[in-house]
Amino acid sequence: MADTDVPLQPRKKGLTRRQKRRLSRGAQYAVFVAAVIVFAVSADWGRLRNQFAQWDIARQMFPDVITLALKNTVLYTVSGFVLGLLLGLVIALMRLSSVGPYRWLAGVYIEIFRGLPALLIFVFIGVAVPLAFPGTEIVGGTYGKAALGLGLIGAAYMAETFRAGIQAVPKGQTEAARSLGFSPARAMISVVIPQAFRIILPPLTNELIMLFKDSSLVLLLGVTLEERELSKFGRDLASTTANSTPILVAGLCYLLVTIPLGFVVRRMEAKAQEAVK
Amino acid sequence: MSRPEIDVRALHKSFGDNEVLRGIDLEVGRGEVVCVIGPSGSGKSTLLRCVNLLEEPSGGQVFVGGTELTDPDVDIDAVRRRIGMVFQQFNLFPHLSVTENLTLPQRRVLGRGRAEAAKVAAENLERVGLSDKATAYPASLSGGQQQRVAIARALAMGPEVMLFDEPTSALDPELVGDVLAVMRMLAHEGMTMMVVTHEMSFAREVADRVVFMDGGVIVEDGDPAQVIGAPAHERTRHFLSRLLDPAMAEVEEERSDRAGGSDR
Repeated sequence: MADTDVPLQPRKKGLTRRQKRRLSRGAQYAVFVAAVIVFAVSADWGRLRNQFAQWDIARQMFPDVITLALKNTVLYTVSGFVLGLLLGLVIALMRLSSVGPYRWLAGVYIEIFRGLPALLIFVFIGVAVPLAFPGTEIVGGTYGKAALGLGLIGAAYMAETFRAGIQAVPKGQTEAARSLGFSPARAMISVVIPQAFRIILPPLTNELIMLFKDSSLVLLLGVTLEERELSKFGRDLASTTANSTPILVAGLCYLLVTIPLGFVVRRMEAKAQEAVK
Repeated sequence: MSRPEIDVRALHKSFGDNEVLRGIDLEVGRGEVVCVIGPSGSGKSTLLRCVNLLEEPSGGQVFVGGTELTDPDVDIDAVRRRIGMVFQQFNLFPHLSVTENLTLPQRRVLGRGRAEAAKVAAENLERVGLSDKATAYPASLSGGQQQRVAIARALAMGPEVMLFDEPTSALDPELVGDVLAVMRMLAHEGMTMMVVTHEMSFAREVADRVVFMDGGVIVEDGDPAQVIGAPAHERTRHFLSRLLDPAMAEVEEERSDRAGGSDR
């Protein structure tokens, strides 16, 4: 770049702003590369490979890790998500209701289930519910309990998402619907919720990813061999083989689903952004 | 004329401490077109929204087609089916195509079948000259086209009364004409219409009566030629002179009689 004289901003001595910026960015890259090198050199790769990357152990996990463990993980997640979606919508509508006790109840629900660790909720379902209601079985056995646990947790988050989405739909939409003779409930179902749903599709997908990971807590319910999901499956195999390879493989299986889902979310966000323009 | 199609009696409306309507009495006969004009904040839009109860009146009575809307036991959804409303911001349903915008209310509210609703939708799209946009989505239409779809949507419900709330105020100037043409057509067909507008030429040409509102009351009510052409009140004259020639307005003190009802 040729340095021409800019009369209004005479050259001061030392570096220009642009040069300073470039220098500071270069320093950041250097620090990052140095950290990676230090990490790579100081780690004992041989022992890591022994513990985490035994190919014969990994091979022995297939096809069960997919046909059983991943399948169960997806099953638990999807059933929990569907339940959470329905319950979350009801709670969001209660939260927006003009009836005081509904709003209050919904608020309490959200605070409790968003505030408690998912682990405690699963312990509660696995232990407290059978104690409190002896003899009663939750429909669907482990699958039902898993859906209930994940659904209760998901509903708290999704209720807040739904509420934000419903409030983002312009008031004129409800007014137009009401002026055409829609009842308040019909206006909500036919006009507002479909629009809210489009707005919240990206955050809703993020909640699906969250539930996908939380499904690992199903192991707290006490599962049979056939009901194991990825985390339990990986840990069981890790203890029988005294090697951690199965955990790595199970982890990769999670990423196999979450990374494409994350990609879908970004695509939807970009599309929504474009629609606004 | 027997009973009026729209009958507003001693209507009051307050938002908190702000009294927007201070006793409105207005009758609109069957087939009559009444244009409501007035400065912003005069309460004209609020009056219109009280006629289909989008705003709950604080006092007084509203009758449409002989039914009292202000009766606490009234089936408001049933009454609203007879009252079409067109908004300044169109308020089309953006997630539905033009045809679906027209068919959804018919099917959900009137319980019409799919085929009948589609037929009525097509007829009304043709009336507003937009048959070729049947499958388009609202976002791809111009403001004028959206507003005509909104009118068609209201007409598809077979209303006896149409309310227009500044239907051309959000439009680019060159698109205003198409919307006014549709409204003129409706007026000639004998629709009972109440129009809040700033389009003086439309009011003068199409309206049977012009009502001038200011400060939450009706100041003048009469023949368009008289109210617009030779207003009897100073407030009307003042408003019209500012409207017809905005560049001539002088910087002036805020007048005390308008201060109460601003911006609602």
